[in-house]
Amino acid sequence: MKITNSIVEKHGLKLDEYSKIKELLKREPNLLELGIFSAMWNEHCSYKSSRIHLKNLPTKGKHVIQGPGENAGVIDIGDDDAIIFKIESHNHPSYIEPYQGASTGVGGILRDVFTMGARPIALLNSIHFGSPDHLKTKSLLNGVVSGIGGYGNCIGIPTVAGETKFDSTYNENILVNAMAVGHAKKDKIFYSKAKGINKSVVYVGSKTGRDGIHGASMASAEFDENSEDKKPTVQVGDPFTEKLLMEACLELMKDKSIISIQDMGAAGLTSSSVEMASKGDLGIELNLNKVPCREEGMTPYEMMLSESQERMLIILEDNKEKEAKKIFEKWDLDFVVIGKTTNTNNLTLKFNAEVVGEISIDALASKAPLYDRKWIKTKLPSKKINIKDLKKIKLEEALIKILSSPNESNKSWVTEQFDQMVMADTVQKSGSDAAVIRIHKKEKAIAVTVDSSANYCKAHPLTGGQQIVCESWRNLISVGAKPIAITNCLNFGNPENSNVMGEFAECLQGIKEACEFLDYPVVSGNVSFYNGTNKKNIDPTPVIGGVGLILETKNKINHLLKKEKNVILQVGKTFGHLYQSLFFKDIYSIIEGPPPEINLSNEKNNGETVLKLINSKLITSAHDISSGGLILALAEMCLSSGLGLKIEKPSKLSNLMEYYFGEDQGRYLIEVEPVNLQSVTKNLNENNIFNEKIATVQKDNFEVLGELKININELYKVNNKWYNNY
Amino acid sequence: MNSSIIVFPGSNCDRDIAIALEKLHFKNKMVWHKDTSLPKSDLIVIPGGFSYGDYLRSGAVAAKSNILNEVIKTANDGCLVLGICNGFQILTETGLLKGVLLRNKNLKFLGKDVYVKTINTDNKFCNKYKKDQVLKFNIAHNEGNYFTSSDHLEKLEDKNLIPFKYCDDKGNINTENNPNGSLNNIAGIFNDKKNILGMMPHPERMIDQVISGDDGLNLFASLLD
Repeated sequence: MKITNSIVEKHGLKLDEYSKIKELLKREPNLLELGIFSAMWNEHCSYKSSRIHLKNLPTKGKHVIQGPGENAGVIDIGDDDAIIFKIESHNHPSYIEPYQGASTGVGGILRDVFTMGARPIALLNSIHFGSPDHLKTKSLLNGVVSGIGGYGNCIGIPTVAGETKFDSTYNENILVNAMAVGHAKKDKIFYSKAKGINKSVVYVGSKTGRDGIHGASMASAEFDENSEDKKPTVQVGDPFTEKLLMEACLELMKDKSIISIQDMGAAGLTSSSVEMASKGDLGIELNLNKVPCREEGMTPYEMMLSESQERMLIILEDNKEKEAKKIFEKWDLDFVVIGKTTNTNNLTLKFNAEVVGEISIDALASKAPLYDRKWIKTKLPSKKINIKDLKKIKLEEALIKILSSPNESNKSWVTEQFDQMVMADTVQKSGSDAAVIRIHKKEKAIAVTVDSSANYCKAHPLTGGQQIVCESWRNLISVGAKPIAITNCLNFGNPENSNVMGEFAECLQGIKEACEFLDYPVVSGNVSFYNGTNKKNIDPTPVIGGVGLILETKNKINHLLKKEKNVILQVGKTFGHLYQSLFFKDIYSIIEGPPPEINLSNEKNNGETVLKLINSKLITSAHDISSGGLILALAEMCLSSGLGLKIEKPSKLSNLMEYYFGEDQGRYLIEVEPVNLQSVTKNLNENNIFNEKIATVQKDNFEVLGELKININELYKVNNKWYNNY
Repeated sequence: MNSSIIVFPGSNCDRDIAIALEKLHFKNKMVWHKDTSLPKSDLIVIPGGFSYGDYLRSGAVAAKSNILNEVIKTANDGCLVLGICNGFQILTETGLLKGVLLRNKNLKFLGKDVYVKTINTDNKFCNKYKKDQVLKFNIAHNEGNYFTSSDHLEKLEDKNLIPFKYCDDKGNINTENNPNGSLNNIAGIFNDKKNILGMMPHPERMIDQVISGDDGLNLFASLLD
């Protein structure tokens, strides 16, 4: 078959990229080879537009065992324990087929984690939908939520935290990001780097079918009106098989038979074999007649590009085949030697005793295109609004409107579709600042959270990038955890657009600055470009998954109010920044101006001091103040506990709305018993941290003196109706 | 006390129950579904999860497995059998317990903490609880909506074969606090001889105050007497 320009373009490759392929091969590729190049050189696998910026991220630190570049990042949490985690996007498939798209997103990220030898212990998700009025939103919400639950519930890993947001920017391109966290012994971590020649390359797991062919290329292009036609590129998940595969792999990992192991994720057999060979500086030869196939008559092209789920590639030590095979047979899974490592540095594909494709590994991996795309800086927007010019609204009315909005409503409709308790180590479920998972049979626990702030990132990407890292950090602090490291999922529009590329570059710069300052390195991540349809790009939505450590599980804390007469202190100063706030957006439909400023040194000082107070047991609850400001944070503490608050009006600030709804950063609310009040304030003052007493815990009523008084049950009803009525 | 936990491909609460039993010093063994004989057991537990992926129908395939023949024989000889969640579904599929578990009334998976009221304490499984005691358990299932014939339902009530009913935190049994639509708020049932208990809530998830409560401990402790 002659390769024409139109065939090249159908593979998502540019014509100049095709010229480079011919140059590297010193000949024209055949169709199979072209397909392999397209799978390896697309944005999803090659990071060709992002690599240049990603390399600036801080990826090292005293807790980091493995940074980006492996299946997942690995951190040291003391003793012999390591935590392995990563977040990944499954946006495009989930928009086309929400249940399967979301479900295989969970399956994929779980494989990344157990491939490295970890037993997964927690799942998280960050899901962004279009406006609730958009025609597709309801069915997408239903499909995605049940898809995420369907996979995690069946495989038996608790889904413990997440965020569900709605905004018209996602009308035609939803975001579905899934994060998995696993636990392993430090000396039992498995990597994808191949070692040694003539070693058996083993295929395990499900059979290969015709599903998901070109999935990675699909994920690297914008949608258009024909997106429905892409349904066959969405993979179908089978969590039951994944459970078997996970148990079989973990069983095999108990001894020393595995040299390297890699899951077949995006671009299936192609990327797994190339990555293993590339990291090991070796060649790999596959006999495609041996590949277990679901259907008859599958071609080498289909086998190499299929994204059928629940498959792994393993390179085994000599003489280990028999024992390994026994394990996979016990779990009723395929186990077939399909090839061997070679010293040729080539990917060699044989079919019916002929070589049907041969490409140098370097051409596919290290020589893949690398672009330094043009990008434009975003100027800090100016402040043009005088709050006094806006139509006045009562505090109570504004609060109720926000509490009953889709974005701030109670999310139990979502979280009740997830098994949060299986594995019986979930100390704190979703609904708190961060979830807490005990390390099995140990005293210690980890805290996990996912966060994003697309509107801040859109307004000023640099500040937005810093803000989400700080927000993640604060959420971990608020449960009593020391923040250790993050994973990021970078959801952006078309990188060929210099504004989008600017958003990407500057968000990343912001993430870098905050991570460096807070000693909160990035250990894994994923880039998802081309989120948009017909030239309309989504708002930049980097999502941060944070992991922190709690040395003694019993010292964890949450934001539930504990006792009447306890005092609430605000830690960190309120300036009343309303630009880009929930208040401006929900009450006045105003989306403009700069995001709140970030002061990294205050952020660090405030966080570290609050953590010290928690560890010395001087405070009984803590909560991060984030979108919606002070009043929403106070209301959340009441809603979760059933206790009320008597809130004093501020003495100085002139405007109540600025005070209560302002989204200034670096702030916490802490609950203190009266006996400890003096030592807490002393501690804060010594660290030069602004603090003031703003409320007292009382029964039944949420009350701002002289402004509003609402019974908690009423407040609860307001907060719980949206999902049930949608 | 010797216990055996049956492990199917797709079981996922087997480890959690083993931890609970070990906490109370049961001598526990894990038994693989392909095995054809049971170790000497005073208690057999069929754990929650998605045995065989719940394909065909929850519990249907597991009910036909090798080891289940042995479980049925042993149960008929009077051995104590506890089926939790998927284990309850499997027990109804084998016929050891009557009735069926339909899709939840809202047609969605439901994972949450619920309250159940202890209705019958005069049996091997609940003797450490007080009559009418309200317990906090966790549920996590798609098909937990218990249904049976009206004759059988009458018998369950008359013969006191219902140990737990869903209720509110004060013990009121009503429709609002029936999470899945089960007849008469039934959360678990016995066979006639009360040596077999099937229940949807997970007592093994409530054995530690640090996690989410320990109301489940006494169920396992009762079995030791």
